Amino acid sequence: MVGSIPASLTAEAVAARRRRARTFSPWLEAWRRFRRHPLAVVSGAILLAIVLAILLGPWLWGHPINAIDFTARLQSPSWQHPLGTDDLGQDLLARLLYGGRISLAVGLAAMVVAILFGTIIGAVAGISRGWVGSALMWLADLFLSLPQLPLLLLVIYLFRDSLKNAFGPEGGVFILIVIVIGGLRWMPVARLVRAQFLSLREKEFVEAARALGASRTRLVIRHILPNALGPVIVAGTIDVAAAIIAESTLSFLGLGFPPDIPTWGRVLFDAKDYLDIAPHWALFPGAAIFLTVLSINFIGDGLRDALDPRKVM
Amino acid sequence: MGQYLVRRLLIAIPSLLGISIVLFAVLALAPGDPFEELATNPAIPPEVRAALRTKFGLDDPVPVRYVRWLAAMAQGDWGFSFVSRMNVDTLILQRLPTTLFVIGASQVLALLIAIPVGVYAATRPYSLFDQLANTLAFIGFSLPTFFTGLLLILVFSIYLDWLPFIYRTDISATGWRWYWEHLRQALMPIAVLGLFQAASVTRYVRASVLDVIRLDYVTTARAKGLGERVVITKHVVRNALIPVVTLVALQMPAIFGGAIVTEQIFRIPGIGSLLISSILANDTPVVMAVTFILACLVVLFNLIADIVYGWLDPRITYR
Repeated sequence: MVGSIPASLTAEAVAARRRRARTFSPWLEAWRRFRRHPLAVVSGAILLAIVLAILLGPWLWGHPINAIDFTARLQSPSWQHPLGTDDLGQDLLARLLYGGRISLAVGLAAMVVAILFGTIIGAVAGISRGWVGSALMWLADLFLSLPQLPLLLLVIYLFRDSLKNAFGPEGGVFILIVIVIGGLRWMPVARLVRAQFLSLREKEFVEAARALGASRTRLVIRHILPNALGPVIVAGTIDVAAAIIAESTLSFLGLGFPPDIPTWGRVLFDAKDYLDIAPHWALFPGAAIFLTVLSINFIGDGLRDALDPRKVM
Repeated sequence: MGQYLVRRLLIAIPSLLGISIVLFAVLALAPGDPFEELATNPAIPPEVRAALRTKFGLDDPVPVRYVRWLAAMAQGDWGFSFVSRMNVDTLILQRLPTTLFVIGASQVLALLIAIPVGVYAATRPYSLFDQLANTLAFIGFSLPTFFTGLLLILVFSIYLDWLPFIYRTDISATGWRWYWEHLRQALMPIAVLGLFQAASVTRYVRASVLDVIRLDYVTTARAKGLGERVVITKHVVRNALIPVVTLVALQMPAIFGGAIVTEQIFRIPGIGSLLISSILANDTPVVMAVTFILACLVVLFNLIADIVYGWLDPRITYR
């Protein structure tokens, strides 16, 4: 969309001069460009609020997540229970605050796995000439055409019990979900990194570094990789959102975390049979997932604009 | 074109093989024994179990088992469902049409929404309509299908009481009434999947039209005095939709994922809900077969997209 904004030469020159007068830090520049995207800034604030709430909330809101109170079953929101209660009379706010930690932790950890795999594979494919690169990309294409959710379900179905025995019910499921979600999302990152590498490795500055005698590892780590990171950061942001959705989907199908861990998807799964008498029970966790995913996606969109130096803003 | 077709078909074979290797590797790496159920069953003595193991060749090396499994899958011998007490292929063939109907209808709905909205937004970039459509598309693909499904049930089944939220195959009505009832119960699942799809396809269409609309031949068409409507529908859209075909095909895995969730919410008797219920019932042959079928369908749709692509854009077939 570079050419779609009619920008006259003079306007650009003025903007460039103003930019030069300030600072050269690329991160400050990215932040300045990020602020041009109002929805992304608002989303950033919302996400920050959500993260603060789930980090600090369980301390501030003293209700235990598993205190069963049959006198307060399926209550609508009230002062005592701001988000109402579920069928066992457990406080929903406390459960959602706790579950949010799990959901976000899964999202972040799966993103790290995906980025790590993707960057390594993409970098190897991008720097090597010959059959290694094409073989790795064939593998990426193969994984892209795998139906992810069925495969996710299959792996969890087959491996759940043994990992549960090895790492405990929570740890085992957490590791499994993170590895599987991350392991099925590295392909877009790998392709992005490879594409960046293919163009960057022919650039003059890489040529210069090579002429100075830099080893191939040093070329990759010090010179090429930092320049290829922009799209990877954007992909990573979107991956967090996708991983949160994947985890919620698994939990919603009753195949994610065990019932005593109230991740947002799990709460929705429990709530779906009470839609007619307690709609609040399903609405709040659903809204939490939606808001988190939406704000992460908007932030990704803002970062895409901010980290692309060629984009005219 | 013929040569192109053959080449595409030959490319599909290694990916099918690759997928089958991945699936079989997962199965072979998995701890546990498919006959574990029988071990706890006091009615089956250990000798019978050992005989079953030899009969199914579970003690053979993994490559041998893979080849045998693949041969069986290719011949349509997908095993026996211990839970449903019937052959897996009959079970799947019973369920497949419903799934394909829901997915197909939702794709049609998605394209019916996405193409006009995307094209209109791209012809007026950065206008109010464009920004609105863009924001709605973002919201659309940030809403997980399971939440949209519950929201629709809440509004249309519980508050308004217009639509049923359980999908039934045993509708007793006949004639037009039968079609009407089917439409009514399929409406919400199709809407959930279709709107989710429409959100991402709209963005593709918009981006693709924006790419095309700046090309010289469009300017030429305008310069020779063609009306804006003709330029857009006859010159721009036809070319802009070519890459969209591929992008829609690439979305196929996500669509099947969404279909599984939707079938589970609305209790549609398709292969997605079959997969979930088999997983919950530890019915390994069905789980493996359904996963394999879904993977094959993805490859098949990619193949169809490639062929359609070659037909729409003849330049591709000569490469």
